[in-house]
Amino acid sequence: MGALIVARRELAGYFATPVAYVFIVIFLMMAGALTFTLGGFFARGQADLGPFFTFVPWLFLFLVPALTMRLWAEERRLGTIELLLTLPLPQWQAVVGKFLAAWAFCAIALLLTFPLVLTVNYLGSPDNGVIAAGYVGCLLVAGAYLAVGAAMSAMTKNQVIAFVLAVAVCFLFAAAGSPIVTEFLSQRIPLLAEVARGLSITERFNSLTRGVIALRDLVFFLSFMGFFLFVNAVVIDHRKAD
Amino acid sequence: MAALIEIERLTKRFGAFTAVDDVSFSVDRGEVVGFLGPNGAGKSTTMKMLAGFVTPTAGTARICGQDVVDHPVAAKRSLGYLPEGAPTYPEMTVSAFLGFAARIRGYRGADLAARVDGAMDLTQLDGVRLQPIETLSKGFKRRVGLAQSLLHDPPVLVLDEPTDGLDPNQKHEVRALIRRMAPEKAILISTHILEEVEAVCTRAIIIAHGRVLADATPKALEQPGRTLEQVFRDLTTKPLEAA
Repeated sequence: MGALIVARRELAGYFATPVAYVFIVIFLMMAGALTFTLGGFFARGQADLGPFFTFVPWLFLFLVPALTMRLWAEERRLGTIELLLTLPLPQWQAVVGKFLAAWAFCAIALLLTFPLVLTVNYLGSPDNGVIAAGYVGCLLVAGAYLAVGAAMSAMTKNQVIAFVLAVAVCFLFAAAGSPIVTEFLSQRIPLLAEVARGLSITERFNSLTRGVIALRDLVFFLSFMGFFLFVNAVVIDHRKAD
Repeated sequence: MAALIEIERLTKRFGAFTAVDDVSFSVDRGEVVGFLGPNGAGKSTTMKMLAGFVTPTAGTARICGQDVVDHPVAAKRSLGYLPEGAPTYPEMTVSAFLGFAARIRGYRGADLAARVDGAMDLTQLDGVRLQPIETLSKGFKRRVGLAQSLLHDPPVLVLDEPTDGLDPNQKHEVRALIRRMAPEKAILISTHILEEVEAVCTRAIIIAHGRVLADATPKALEQPGRTLEQVFRDLTTKPLEAA
């Protein structure tokens, strides 16, 4: 399928430039440092990856937009978007292919945190089902942020603008369920407080890190990605030649 | 049989600016049509519409009978397109880049290798097949773009300034290549080099302010007793009202 061919080219592109290595090294260093220092991995005395899963979504909030900012903006700058979109390939496949490449890349970065899983299994006997659910959650959060970031990248040829827009929009969905936002809203517009909680990525992620893989959370994440990929495709279709 | 490239009343407006204004022409198999005009005349926009990259405001374009808006994928299968500036992915090697284009066009395995090798042969890229494109000179980059447009041996070729940035020897090679392919294909090339039109084109279309001003063989345009350059200057420097 065309989307997979695009994804393969795109993924090889990450590793042909320093982007992949910088991303992975920074991600692993920060995830490790935060887990062991701020997260109090040892001091807690619990055999789980709770501290790690607390920080991953916040790391992704900044790192994922750094990954997606070039997806379309770079194609526009180089003019290769004209090449890609004049090959016999439906446009949605180009959109999905780029997204899949970035998602696979995040999966690789997450896989490389395996020493944490080994450590916690060596030190105690954690519930590995909960850990697996946590990783699924991380991957879904990454996918959601990637879909947002890719759509923002489609809107501009300037990578900095793509990055800032993506962080802002991702933060909106990350913070939507936080007490500050929901309390503020429930005092004034109670209906919106419910909406905000329903759209919160953090809230859904937290239930996954408790080991609960609920269908409605999966549906939420998949439709979230689907929506932003659709936005991406529409933007590309209307503004491809700008 | 209908012409391989059919353009009917094609128009593109960007806001109040009309880049391409009611352009109609067709290109048959065996023809090499030179698309001439000053910068900003609408040549590239017309070609981008034909390639399905820019959506027309009005009018239709068909490649091998397939409408580029209604059946974009089918139209693009029959088309080899070299975009303006010959964009390529700089971090890829020449063979990886051509392999990517061939894979999207549905070639696999030995077939794919044969297509990539064939295209590199035609454009003399053998020596640089494993070099990243960003390390190549301008002339090589242009030929990589050209190889990409040729690898599936398409019936229709649309080449936006194929010889720009090439040295005289390379220009000669590309022109010879175009002449060799001409009998089998419908070819539309844009250029600023008038001698190129005389060298390879069977027909020349002169366009300015988005409108077709002349459509004839280079010989017919030159008569009586004037060079193509004089004709070009006369036609394209007139103010819009007179055109």
